[in-house]
Amino acid sequence: MQVSVPFAPDQASTYSGEVDALYGFLWALTIGVGAVLTILIIYFAVKYRRRTEDEIPKAVEGSLKLEVVWTVIPFFIAMGIFTWGASIYYKRYSPPSEALDVYVVAKQWMWKFQHLDGQREINELHIPVGRKIKLTMTTEDVIHSLFVPAFRLKMDVVPGKYSSIWFQPTEAGRYHLFCAEYCGTSHSGMIGWIDVMEPSEYQSWLSGGSGEALAASGEKLFQQLGCVTCHRSDGQGRGPILEGLFGKEAALQGGQKVTADEAYVRESILNPKAKVVEGYQPIMPTFQGLVTEEQLLQLVAYVKSIGKTQTGTNPAGASPSPPNKMGAAAVPTGPPQTGRSGGAEAKKPR
Amino acid sequence: MESEVQNKAPRTHYINARYGLKSWLFTIDHKRIALLYLASITFFFFLGGLFAVLIRLELLTPKGDLVQAETYNRFFTMHGVVMVFFFLIPAIPATLGNFLIPLMIGARDLAFPRLNLLSWYIYVVGAVFTLIAIVGGGVDTGWTFYTPYSTTYSNGNVLLTGIGIFITGFSSILTGLNFIVTIHTMRAPGLSWFRLPLFVWSHYATSLIMVLGTPVIAITILLLAFERIAHVGIFDPKLGGDPVLFQHLFWFYSHPAVYIMVLPAMGVISELVANMTRKNIFGYKFVALASIAIAIFGFLVWGHHMFVSTQSVYAGMIFSILSYAVAIPSAVKTFNWTATLYKGSISYNTPMLYAFGFIGFFIIGGMTGLFLAALGLDIHVHDTYFVVAHFHYIMVGGTIMGYLGGLHYWWPKISGRMYPEGWARFAALVIFVGFNLTFFPQFLLGYQGMPRRYYAYPDEFQVLNVMSSAGASILGVGYLIPMVYLFWSMRYGPKAGSNPWGAFGLEWRTSSPPPTENFKVTPVVTWEAYEFSPVEETEVIDISTP
Repeated sequence: MQVSVPFAPDQASTYSGEVDALYGFLWALTIGVGAVLTILIIYFAVKYRRRTEDEIPKAVEGSLKLEVVWTVIPFFIAMGIFTWGASIYYKRYSPPSEALDVYVVAKQWMWKFQHLDGQREINELHIPVGRKIKLTMTTEDVIHSLFVPAFRLKMDVVPGKYSSIWFQPTEAGRYHLFCAEYCGTSHSGMIGWIDVMEPSEYQSWLSGGSGEALAASGEKLFQQLGCVTCHRSDGQGRGPILEGLFGKEAALQGGQKVTADEAYVRESILNPKAKVVEGYQPIMPTFQGLVTEEQLLQLVAYVKSIGKTQTGTNPAGASPSPPNKMGAAAVPTGPPQTGRSGGAEAKKPR
Repeated sequence: MESEVQNKAPRTHYINARYGLKSWLFTIDHKRIALLYLASITFFFFLGGLFAVLIRLELLTPKGDLVQAETYNRFFTMHGVVMVFFFLIPAIPATLGNFLIPLMIGARDLAFPRLNLLSWYIYVVGAVFTLIAIVGGGVDTGWTFYTPYSTTYSNGNVLLTGIGIFITGFSSILTGLNFIVTIHTMRAPGLSWFRLPLFVWSHYATSLIMVLGTPVIAITILLLAFERIAHVGIFDPKLGGDPVLFQHLFWFYSHPAVYIMVLPAMGVISELVANMTRKNIFGYKFVALASIAIAIFGFLVWGHHMFVSTQSVYAGMIFSILSYAVAIPSAVKTFNWTATLYKGSISYNTPMLYAFGFIGFFIIGGMTGLFLAALGLDIHVHDTYFVVAHFHYIMVGGTIMGYLGGLHYWWPKISGRMYPEGWARFAALVIFVGFNLTFFPQFLLGYQGMPRRYYAYPDEFQVLNVMSSAGASILGVGYLIPMVYLFWSMRYGPKAGSNPWGAFGLEWRTSSPPPTENFKVTPVVTWEAYEFSPVEETEVIDISTP
C-alpha cells in the first residue's frame, strides 16, 4: 500500500507503507471525529448561549438509544483498528526461514553488528536491498531499543535474553538508526546508520571485509572451550549431538519439549541445568562469565550452521517440528519463547 | 453579583475562625487541609515547570549546548517525578476533592479528619526526601526507573527519590480510603448514589485506584531498593533477575495512575458543563458508571506500554484489545458532555472556557491514544515524541484544564471572592494556544522519528522543536497569569455571594466561604442531581449565622 503522509520519514521497508496507511487513516478519523464534535460544540455554544442572567433552560432527558449508538459504533471502529494494528504486528514476529541473519550486541553507548560472513561493524550496518533480514539482538548492560524510523522498525534489546525482529528493506540509501530506550548519559549519542546497498555493491562490500565467518569463529570456540569433548558428532559423547538439532524440537526430562532456537542454545550454555535433554545427565558446567555476548552469538551461529546437517540417527530425541503458525519451522523464535527461556525463570532447575 | 449577606457583621467562616500558623498546621478542617495541599502542589507545579523550561531551552538547538547530557537527563527525570507524583496525582483530589466532597454530600468533614491531616504530613515528608534528592544532585533514570539501569548502572540519587515516592504514596492511599468511607457513610439524608454530583462519582472511582494501585508501586520501589542495596537478583539478569518484570510491576500502577490524574478532571468538567449550561448532564448514569468502568479497565491495560519490550506477542494483543475497551467509556463521556450543551443556557465564563478547552485536548489526546494502542503502529511511535505529546495532552492538557477550570469555578466558594473575569478569560486563551503550540508539533516530531529523552538530535528535527519551545514560553506565561490574579483577588476581588453562578449542588447552598462546620443544619436532599428549577430560589442552609 502506498500512502504518503506529511512529516513521515522515508519509506524504506515493506513495513513503511503499511504503517503509514494506518497512521493516515487514524488521522483522518481523528480529524473527522474532532471536526464533528467541534462543529456541534460551536453550534450549540452560539445557538444556546445564555441570553439573560437568570435563564433556566428546560431539562432534557437522556436517551438510551443515543447512548447505545455512541457506545456500539465506536466499539466496532475500535475493534477494526485493533485488527488492523494487530495484523501488522503479528507479521513482524513471524520471521521467514530464508532471512539473512545479522547478530547485534548493544552496549552503553554503541551498536555492534556481526555478519555471518565475519564482518563486524560498529554503529553502522550494511545490508542488501530486497533481502529479508533477521536481527538477533542482546545487550551487555542495560536495556536499549533498536529504532530505524525509515523502516518503521523498533525492538527492545534486553540483557539476559535474545530479542529478534525481521524486516525487508525496499530502497537503497542511508538511514538513521537510533536507540529508543533511555540508557544513560549518552543515550542520544547512541545513533548510527543503516546502509542499504544494491546487491552487487553489497557483494563487493562483503568481499572487501576480512575475518572469518561467524560460524567458523564459533567452531573454534567450540574446540577451545572443550564443548566438543562431550558434544561429539558420533553419538559417543556425554552430551547430546548438536548436528541437525537447530530448529527441531527436543524432548526434555520430565516430558516437556523445547524448540532448539537461539534462545535455547544460549540458555543451555549459560544455565545448562535449566532444560536438560531426555536421557542425559545434568553434568554440564555453566559458561556464565566465561564467554562474552559476542562469543555466545558465534557459538549460536555455529550450532545453527551444523543444524542443517542430517545425521542418520535421531539426535537427542529431536524430531522435526511441524510447521506452525509462526511461519518458518526452522526459526520459530519470537517473544513468547525468548521471554520464557531467559531471565529469572532460567534460574530454577526444572 | 453581590452577596445577599452584605449588611451583616463580619461572618465567622473557616478562614477567619482561627488565626496563626498553628491553627493551620494542626487543623483538622478538610477545607483548610485542602488549602495546605493547594500551597504545596502549587510550589511543586512551578518547580516541575522550571525543569520543563530548562528542557525546552536545551532542545532549541540540535546540539547539546546549554548543559551537559548528564544534567539534561536529570532535568527530564526531575520534571517527570515532580510533576507526576507531587503535582498531577494529588492536584485535584487533594485540593478540590478534599474541599468539596464533604460540602457536596452535606457532611461536616471527611470521615477521618485526623487521617486527612496525616495524609498531608506524609505528603510533605515524601516531598522533603525528594527535594533533598534534587538538591543533592538529582536522579537520571527517567521517572520510569527502568531496570537494570536504575538498580545497577545509575549513579544518581535513585534511592532517596524512591523513598520520597514510596512515602508520598501512603498519602495517596489514605486520601483514597478517606474518600471511599466518606462517600459511603456520610451522605446527607436523601442523597442516594444516583443523586450524587458526578464530581463525587469520579472521585469515588479515583479513590478505588489510589487504594488498590498505589501499594503496587510501593512494593516495586522496595524491590528496586533491595536489588540496589543488597544485590538481590530480582530485575538484573546478571544477578538472575528479569528486567521486564520491573516494567510489568511499574506500569501496573503507573498506567492506572494516569486515571488518578484524569478521572477527577472529568468530574470537574461534568460539574462545569452542567452548571454553566444549567442542565442535567445528558446520560447522567452513563457518565457516572463510565468513571467506574474506566477505573476497572484501567487496571487491565498496563502491557500496552510494553509492545516492543519482548513481552509475548499474544499478551500484546490482549493488552491492545483491552486498551480499545477503555477508550469506549471515555468516548461516551465526551459525547454526553457535548449533548448536554443542546438546548442549554451556555455561559462563556472562564470555567466554561476551560471545559471547552478540556474537551478539545481530550479529543486529541484520546484519539492519539488509539494510534498508540494499535500494535503495528506503536512499534514505530513507541518511545518517540508522539508518546510524549499524547500523554501531555491527557495528563497536562486534560488534568490541568480540569484543575484550573475547577479552581476558578469554586474560587468564590474557597476564598469568598471573585477573580477578575477578563484576565481569567485571557489567561485561559493563552494557555489553550500555548499548549497546542507546545505539544502538537511533538506528534509530528515523533512520527518523523525523534526518540524521547534525547539531549541532542539530528538537524532535521529542529524546526518542530523550535515551535514547541516557542509554544512552551507562551504556555508558561499563561500559567503565571492566574497565579498573580488569584492571589490579588484574595484581598481585592469583589465579594462573592453564596452562589454567584446560579449553580446547583449542596456546596452552593452554604455561604462563601463556608463556616467551619459547613452547614448549620444538616441538609435533606429531596432533588435529583442538577435538577435546575426555574421556580424555586436556592435557599442557603446557613440561616443561623451569628
